[in-house]
Amino acid sequence: MALNYALLFSGSVIVLLGYIYWSTARYMVHQTDATIEAEIDGLAEGYRSGGLPRLSQLILERVSRKPAGMGVYLLTDQQLKPLAGNLDGWPRVPLSPDGWLNFSLENGSMDKPHKARGRSYLLRGGFYLLVGRDTFELDKTRQLIDHTLSWGLLVTVGLALLGGVMMSKTMLKRIDVINQTSREIISGDLSRRIPSIGSGDEIDDLVENLNQMLNQIEVLMDDVKRVSDNIAHDLRTPLARLRNRLETLANKAEVNSVEHENARLALEEADSLLVTFNALLRIARIESANQSEYFEVIDLKTLVLDVAELYEPLIEERGQRLELKLSDSPTVHGDRNLLFQAIANFLDNACKYTPREGLITILLEARNESEKIIVADSGPGIPESEREKVFRRFYRMETSRSTQGNGLGLSLAMAIVKQHRGSVELQDNNPGLRVVLSFKTPPAH
Amino acid sequence: MHILNIEDDVETAAYIQKGLTESGHKVDHAKDGKEGLFMAQEFNYDVLIVDRMLPGMEGLSVIKELRAAGDNTPALILSALGEVDDRVTGLRSGGDDYLVKPFAFPELLARLEALVRRTDEDAVDTVLKIAGLEMNLLSRTVKRDNQPLDLQPREFRLLEYLMRHTGQVVTRTMLLENVWDYHFDPQTNVIDVHISRLRGKIDKGFEQPLLHTVRGAGYCIRKPT
Repeated sequence: MALNYALLFSGSVIVLLGYIYWSTARYMVHQTDATIEAEIDGLAEGYRSGGLPRLSQLILERVSRKPAGMGVYLLTDQQLKPLAGNLDGWPRVPLSPDGWLNFSLENGSMDKPHKARGRSYLLRGGFYLLVGRDTFELDKTRQLIDHTLSWGLLVTVGLALLGGVMMSKTMLKRIDVINQTSREIISGDLSRRIPSIGSGDEIDDLVENLNQMLNQIEVLMDDVKRVSDNIAHDLRTPLARLRNRLETLANKAEVNSVEHENARLALEEADSLLVTFNALLRIARIESANQSEYFEVIDLKTLVLDVAELYEPLIEERGQRLELKLSDSPTVHGDRNLLFQAIANFLDNACKYTPREGLITILLEARNESEKIIVADSGPGIPESEREKVFRRFYRMETSRSTQGNGLGLSLAMAIVKQHRGSVELQDNNPGLRVVLSFKTPPAH
Repeated sequence: MHILNIEDDVETAAYIQKGLTESGHKVDHAKDGKEGLFMAQEFNYDVLIVDRMLPGMEGLSVIKELRAAGDNTPALILSALGEVDDRVTGLRSGGDDYLVKPFAFPELLARLEALVRRTDEDAVDTVLKIAGLEMNLLSRTVKRDNQPLDLQPREFRLLEYLMRHTGQVVTRTMLLENVWDYHFDPQTNVIDVHISRLRGKIDKGFEQPLLHTVRGAGYCIRKPT
């Protein structure tokens, strides 16, 4: 980026300076040419009115009037033999069709030949007139301009490059900060803000606007959470009363009567509603909770073995197989009941989708300061496009609508893992789903 | 059982009162913390039901005061706050069990009965017996009609818990908390499979079943009538 800017800038400077140079040079040449033409006009006029003697006199006058060497005059006869003027002989250069010619001047007072430009003019009677100008001073001026402009260009391009590099470096640094913060926010820490350097420039404005946008988003998210929390909380109490009344009704009805059965079924519905509400509230609380003061060092191997032991009969009953590959005693800092819940939910899910004879594997690995619990099944798996969505509340894939569950199990598990500063990754197990939970190894005590 | 119910919500209090009375228990009601503390100190209850958020004096403070005064009447904390921290705080304040609102009445009843029974559980038994079923806690063996049964360690603990609460209903969450020692909500009824396995070992091939499923509540081991 810096290079592009420097190139663009240098290019503009070159074009600008080039134009200045070109128009100055052109002006100077033009000026010389105009003077020469005017003089020729004057001399030709003299010749017309006074013939050769008048012309010779005029030339003499002019030669003596001009500063030495500036004006060049030569009048010759048909054989180019000099008759008057300050040139020793006709310059040995080819005559151009328009009469203009560039030649060099030599005489004893110069250390080197001077350049000159002049115009030849054929007078009536076959006399040749050459009027010119010594362009030495002009060339010197042009050289000076050349020098000045070249150096100016060099310095400007150098400064442009340096400035470009420096500007883009600071720019990139600030953009890097914005990117870094954005990534942290995307990964779930909505409380992060982009630091502003207070310079009041456009980037600072951008940072300010982004931060305000983030504030707004955070407020909205909190609102949404609070609203759903309140709904769950406010509906829970009447729902609980409804449940209690249904229970009373069921108890009053004669056992095995239709009324009893209906009341029982209604009670079951109410219970499952309450379970859903409680799960929602639980997720909300865990999500808003920080690491608890009751967190302790948990031995993951024991925990996984306990979960596996609890589910083993269920897995056997379903004709599935469970395989454990547990490395020795990795630990995490956390709450054993919540972690048990999370692992159980993932294992529960694996059981639900693994076919008969299918294999479910739980692996425990300690690697690079992180502990990994991997629950792999041999079910249909989750297509890549759905993997993000399955952690949403109430989200159920089309294919799993028929299976039991409220669509909150994975949300709850995810909330727990996040509360423990862990991460969940869903991978393909070819076939099946591979859930990888990663937790940071607690620092050694 | 003689129960003191400290609860400020009239509806919940009435519901508990009605259910417990119908189950044959005697219930007194206190509508705030101070009254509850006074009644608990004045009368001799078998068990206390203490709501956490009470006007006047917080539920946990009531229990703390009682414990400080040397009163060890078992107390069940009833609360709308169900998260782990709340549970731990509740149990550390001297509560003996913790139940989150809303609750199913059988769960409350089962837990109250278990709490009262716990007081006599402290007596160290070496052998538990129901009908022909006999569990030796020292040799860790189980026999039915003198026929040895082969139980896995977890099945042994499960049966022990059920036998220690003979005649009482124990709920699934009670089993998870006491036999597996984890407090969590299973997505599937994993406990049912464990129970049916255990049932296969202790009841299969015997005329009288001992392990019963109580619909809408849990399980119960009881003598054949």
